[in-house]
Amino acid sequence: MGAGHAHKLYREGRSPVHALPPHCKIAAVFCFVLVVVSTPREAVWAFGAYAALLAGVAAAARIPAGYVLRRLLIEVPFVAFAVLMPFVAEGPRVEALGMSLSASGLWSAWNILAKGTLGVAASVLLASTTELRALLLGLQRLRMPSLLVQIASFMIRYGDVISDEMRRMRIARQSRGFEARGVRHWGVLASSAGALFIRSYERGERVHLAMVSRGYTGTMPVIDDVTASRTQWAHAAALPLTALAVCLTGWMLP
Amino acid sequence: MHVPDGFIDAPVSVVTGVVAAGAVAVSLRGARRELDERTAPLAGLVAAFIFAVQMLNFPVAAGTSGHLLGGALAAILVGPYTGVLCVSVVLLMQGVLFADGGLTALGVNITDMALVTTVVAYALFRGVVKLAPHRRRTVTVASFVAALISVPAAAVAFTAIYALGGTADVAIGKVFAAMVGVHVLIGAGEAAITALTVGAVVAVRPDLVYGARGVTARPLEIRSSPLAPAAPGAVARAEGPAAEAAPATATSEASEPAGAPEPAGTPEPAAAPRRSARRVWWAGLAAALLCAGVVSFYASASPDGLEKVAHDKGIDQNEEDHAAKDSPLADYGVKDITDARLSGGLAGVIGVGATLAVGSGVFIVVRRRRATAESERS
Amino acid sequence: MDAAVTDPATTPPSLEVSGLAYAYPDGHQALFGVDLTVARGERVALLGPNGAGKTTLVLHLNGILTAGAGTVTVAGLPVAKAHLAEIRRRVGIVFQDPDDQLFMPTVREDVAFGPAAAGLRGAELEERVRRALERVGMAEFADRPPHHLSFGQRRRVAVATVLAMEPEILVLDEPSSNLDPASRRELADILRSLEVTVLMVTHDLPYALELCPRAVVLSGGVIAADGGTQELLCDEELMREHRLELPFGFDPRSVRVPVFPAR
Repeated sequence: MGAGHAHKLYREGRSPVHALPPHCKIAAVFCFVLVVVSTPREAVWAFGAYAALLAGVAAAARIPAGYVLRRLLIEVPFVAFAVLMPFVAEGPRVEALGMSLSASGLWSAWNILAKGTLGVAASVLLASTTELRALLLGLQRLRMPSLLVQIASFMIRYGDVISDEMRRMRIARQSRGFEARGVRHWGVLASSAGALFIRSYERGERVHLAMVSRGYTGTMPVIDDVTASRTQWAHAAALPLTALAVCLTGWMLP
Repeated sequence: MHVPDGFIDAPVSVVTGVVAAGAVAVSLRGARRELDERTAPLAGLVAAFIFAVQMLNFPVAAGTSGHLLGGALAAILVGPYTGVLCVSVVLLMQGVLFADGGLTALGVNITDMALVTTVVAYALFRGVVKLAPHRRRTVTVASFVAALISVPAAAVAFTAIYALGGTADVAIGKVFAAMVGVHVLIGAGEAAITALTVGAVVAVRPDLVYGARGVTARPLEIRSSPLAPAAPGAVARAEGPAAEAAPATATSEASEPAGAPEPAGTPEPAAAPRRSARRVWWAGLAAALLCAGVVSFYASASPDGLEKVAHDKGIDQNEEDHAAKDSPLADYGVKDITDARLSGGLAGVIGVGATLAVGSGVFIVVRRRRATAESERS
Repeated sequence: MDAAVTDPATTPPSLEVSGLAYAYPDGHQALFGVDLTVARGERVALLGPNGAGKTTLVLHLNGILTAGAGTVTVAGLPVAKAHLAEIRRRVGIVFQDPDDQLFMPTVREDVAFGPAAAGLRGAELEERVRRALERVGMAEFADRPPHHLSFGQRRRVAVATVLAMEPEILVLDEPSSNLDPASRRELADILRSLEVTVLMVTHDLPYALELCPRAVVLSGGVIAADGGTQELLCDEELMREHRLELPFGFDPRSVRVPVFPAR
């Protein structure tokens, strides 16, 4: 986390995937991931089918494979974790490449890698075909409490502003010849963080003042709303339903 | 610590999802009671702050660095309800926008990192503040303790969730030792940064530190801007310079005698920060060992207990799954438990010790080299 | 309650402040009896040194602060808890930092916020937003997030957010701060084109002279001077007394102030 948040998340486009209403997409991705997670790990072919499904969606959305793969890097810490799995897990051991590995550990590693990667890929596809604003509207439409949606939208609106302030403070520190090199400089960095908090909080108060001045009384007026037709729901449901069919087959087969 | 999809099985993911939703609902109500109609803008801005501050790197030594997780900090600065809300929103956005943490694991992540961290931190913070003398330093110390314990507490919570619905066949003892061992270390860093940050805020705007209300209510107030004989009307406009001045004031507050960080080779200014750094280091070491040695040993009974319950009650999916592959859970007898706990606890201590030793070694070497370089220069 | 407003024969002044005094909860008193009347359609500059109580006064105009003594009346309607919503619709405050003012994810939603909070919906709302954005020349930026705009553009959108509420009086806090000369002039053009009462809080004396025929000086919590902007700026003693300084090389006497048609 932390690194790489600066890149653009959304890829502009006019594909049918872009055009789907956000709440349909969020629901579809969530159901898809849920189905993937419930699939027995022994059904290796099923995960291949899921990957093919996602590849199909990516192709329909005209998202290049390289882009998705680069965004997959976020799960690297857990890949490291998964790689350790065969060495530390219990159960009967198998010999491979001259090492004694746990059979169930290998299965666990596969399980985490496959499901985690599919989950990340699905989320990446969602975020890169849906605008930030639309995502929030979609969450609101899916009955996420509106106060939570408001908090999230304030966070997104002011995330850049506050990161910018943080960057300016860093430049100010550097201009005065300060460079943090170790634990002994934590005091300085922490006081920057403290100052950043004070600025953020005071800005929150000023924003509230500006809102009140324009008639805010505690509830956000509904300005934009998103609606979905039955066909759009059907299109969005194609992904999780196909996945469900795959999953059920996976359970059925011995 | 962001758990991806597939790490925890579906039923437990759903259950933690319900827990997380409940916690968020309670927090929404609580926050609205505290902040009324200011909830949305203030919680939103604090969430943006947590998000930004997670990107602030704190160099440890030799090129490694850590960053704040922020649960304890949020709880202390804005209170437990708003704290849970802010961290949950940050996690939600990280999951949806950056695919950092799985969508189905959102419940696990929120329960673990937003709920447990924040609640534990706030309870400890209030506890220490209540017991200790009412001084400003108390707030800093309480923040340290709160953050220190809150991170391993989240690790314990994670282990508990894992015991219920983990998909990997790794013995709970091992998971526990690894998680707590690593997170004791992270907790020590988190504690130092949180305490310093809270200290910096308390020095400038004690009224903004939620947890310290009542502690700093007496005439401790320090106005950092001598610029204006200011009617409060001017305060809003004077904020820029006042906040600009804040880091300077706060720094001298936080790092003891105001040693000007000038490059001149006089011994005094150089000594001041070094002394405070060493103190941070010793405090961190003591705290880490304390946690690893005492806390982890006692606490290790709890996930075992959970597991025992799971075993006795035969919580099905888990059981079936594990039994099918003759996992450790299936034949995890009572006689093993003591063994596992002991070895787990020991492994935790050894792990922490070894990591700290290596860390300090690197730190000392780097510092000595720099010190010789500096003395050569002067 | 609007009877007094809609009756053209007895149009009340846009703003009437009388005997306004206020002390903050910490005991510090900022206003000591302010009297100010702004007629409908007038453009007035509110000048004064730092700490004179300008912001405190502004926060009274839409009822964010409640008068300790005295009254504030906006187009005949007294500022009081009972009709705060209507007061806040009538008094449009443009704050100094547009980032505080523009809190919604897109420009369009931000401009729509005020009217929507007042209950406007659908096509009527869209129309209101479009018109407000056109008046500040920002119509083509409607779907952009505010933080992707330049500072001058953000200030203009901030003005539009308030115009969308069709206010009786527009209150601007330091409208020219942080603007480059071109944005400054563009904003002046916009403000001049608006047919609305304007109260402009500023340190920028040439800007006040350019835009406002009348100026008042707030100092020490009372109105210390009230008159034609050019006259006030030429009164060196008055200016010195209240820490108001003209920029280097600027001579208010040398400026020919455009004559404003009475509206």
